[in-house]
Amino acid sequence: MTTLSLRAGAVSWRVRLRGVAVSLIGLALIVVLMALNMRIGEIPMTLPEVISGTFDVNSAAHFVIMELRLPRALTGALVGAALALSGAIIQSIARNPLASPEILGVTTGASVTVVAGVVASGSAYGGASGLLATVGIPALALLGGLVGAAVVYGLAWRRGLDGYRLVLVGIGVAAVFTNIKFWLLTVGDVNDTGRAMVWISGSLNGRGWEHVLPTALALAVLVPLTLLGTRSLDALRFGDDTVTALGVRTNLARALMILAAVLLAAVATASAGPIAFVALASPQIALRLTRSAQPPLLCSAVVGAVLTTAADLIARTAFSPLELPVGIVTAVLGAPYLIHLIWRSRK
Amino acid sequence: MSATAVAPRLHGIRHRRLTVLLALLAAVLVAIVLSITVGSKSVPLADAWHALTAPTGTENDIVIRSLRLPRTALGVLAGIALGVAGALMQGHTRNPLADPGLLGVTQGAAFAMVSSIILLGTSSLLAYIWFGLAGALVASVGVFALGMVGGRGGPTPVTLALAGTAVSALLYALTSAIVLLDEQAMDVFRFWQAGSIAARGSDVVWQVLPFILVGLVLAMVNAPGLNALSLGEDVARSLGQNISATRAVGVVAVTLLSGAAVAACGSLAFVGLIVPHLARPLSGTDHRWLLPFSGLIGAALLLLADVIGRVVAPPGELEVGVVLALLGAPFFVALVRRRKPVRL
Repeated sequence: MTTLSLRAGAVSWRVRLRGVAVSLIGLALIVVLMALNMRIGEIPMTLPEVISGTFDVNSAAHFVIMELRLPRALTGALVGAALALSGAIIQSIARNPLASPEILGVTTGASVTVVAGVVASGSAYGGASGLLATVGIPALALLGGLVGAAVVYGLAWRRGLDGYRLVLVGIGVAAVFTNIKFWLLTVGDVNDTGRAMVWISGSLNGRGWEHVLPTALALAVLVPLTLLGTRSLDALRFGDDTVTALGVRTNLARALMILAAVLLAAVATASAGPIAFVALASPQIALRLTRSAQPPLLCSAVVGAVLTTAADLIARTAFSPLELPVGIVTAVLGAPYLIHLIWRSRK
Repeated sequence: MSATAVAPRLHGIRHRRLTVLLALLAAVLVAIVLSITVGSKSVPLADAWHALTAPTGTENDIVIRSLRLPRTALGVLAGIALGVAGALMQGHTRNPLADPGLLGVTQGAAFAMVSSIILLGTSSLLAYIWFGLAGALVASVGVFALGMVGGRGGPTPVTLALAGTAVSALLYALTSAIVLLDEQAMDVFRFWQAGSIAARGSDVVWQVLPFILVGLVLAMVNAPGLNALSLGEDVARSLGQNISATRAVGVVAVTLLSGAAVAACGSLAFVGLIVPHLARPLSGTDHRWLLPFSGLIGAALLLLADVIGRVVAPPGELEVGVVLALLGAPFFVALVRRRKPVRL
């Protein structure tokens, strides 16, 4: 394996070239998908039209690009990256490929509050397009996600955070939230159930700049911080005694990394709903592409962004004018690809 | 420790396990009695006995024989099936996050059911169950085949778990797409998703019984092999275990057990996720004990949750899956916090 060592004072990183290559290819793919996302839709555009529409405020295309397509596509990419990064952190800490933000109580907690809000309000606040959709649902999701995570965090904390205990507490709490959600879906009107289901599946319909900014901000702050924590994550693969011997303060490192994972998942869920499979699959896909021992953080984020952007392009256009929730398509794209990678690595 | 001191200690462990087994059996019996007598209409014990032994067609006789008895029987069967299947699944994948639906069983059943609604206009419970069972079997076989490909000695725990998760996610996505486009399918699906053992006649019980019985026999046959496998595949191989055969038997058992239970009662697979974690501190890691303990705990929990769901929200009922999560999960979390968890 070809690696480079980067040093900056007392801090050093080992950079694996394969990981860099995968990330660069992924970024190139995101650019291509973004361009396609700008061109395809109700009003098809050529690339020159897109470029002029982006910069020429007076052109007809300007609104379509700058207010509809671009913010939506950016939200998708950022949300995908945030969820995948969150998943990579949890899978590293839990040492379990099946772990995802679901066991942190974030996505399930958010689902409970949002479904409750949708079912309780019916169409009182304009439903799918009114005040409830633009302000109410993201706020409910953020609140529910953070409360859910606080419950898991609080119950799993016992003289520190043990990865295994976190997983067990997490599945218990997730079972409670998930089943409250199931019950809420049975009490309401079937129309409300349908609207709630769209959100639960994860959807980018009607997403604008107000969703881009919080997610971008969260990533801008948290990505550098989590990358600083990579070394301790690598160390956390071993038993606690080894980690302490390596000079990593286990409990502090774990608690901070989990906190970062919670915040990433909470912001992403508030913006686009709980797109479950991205967080679980992206780290596993990245791990197999880079052939590393555990989920590589940056690569996972890039894979997550590619997956969500591609999925939204299909969700938006495949059955036009009908639109599918993006979370459905991420599984349809991501699952076969992950299966293919598993399959290949067995040979 | 000297050899002489080992024997009585082993004897003590065995003795303790037998005591636990009897206690769990007693708990299931109590739950059965409650399930037959408690509900929107309370039935005195004497009347219940009368209904079971020498029915004369009184109102209580009819309530018990046509409603409560099949409901109780299904609860016992599904609880045992899901508990045992969960313990098997966690053993084979060596993953505490594994549930009996991990092989795609739950989502396969759901997908087959909602597909049958939109393609064939199915609307009878029995038809749902048969489609569900078929979907569960096909999904599970598909996952096992994927895990097998190119490997020697059967799928590794990680490939089995990941392939199952990926297939489940794919099927769930397709199911979601269908119910979003079809309101009738959505209406059936949302109640199926909450899980219930109510309003299923004795014909349902008789139909899932053979699957569950065969599944239980295979599970017990699988227990010693699984014990060897949990020492690691190399150790198992050197002990003369046929790994792919052991895995295959385990997968068939899980599929029969959870496929039948999920088809009949809806998505209750998470019962099987939690129950083995409750059983493990009592049984240790020996699957010959873990499997029966998990089954009995599953049955007792499922029945108790069902009884509570009947009386907690009159005049309606709460779905058993919901009650089970609200009851079982906090108990489970408390247990996890109190002691060092038994690792897989």
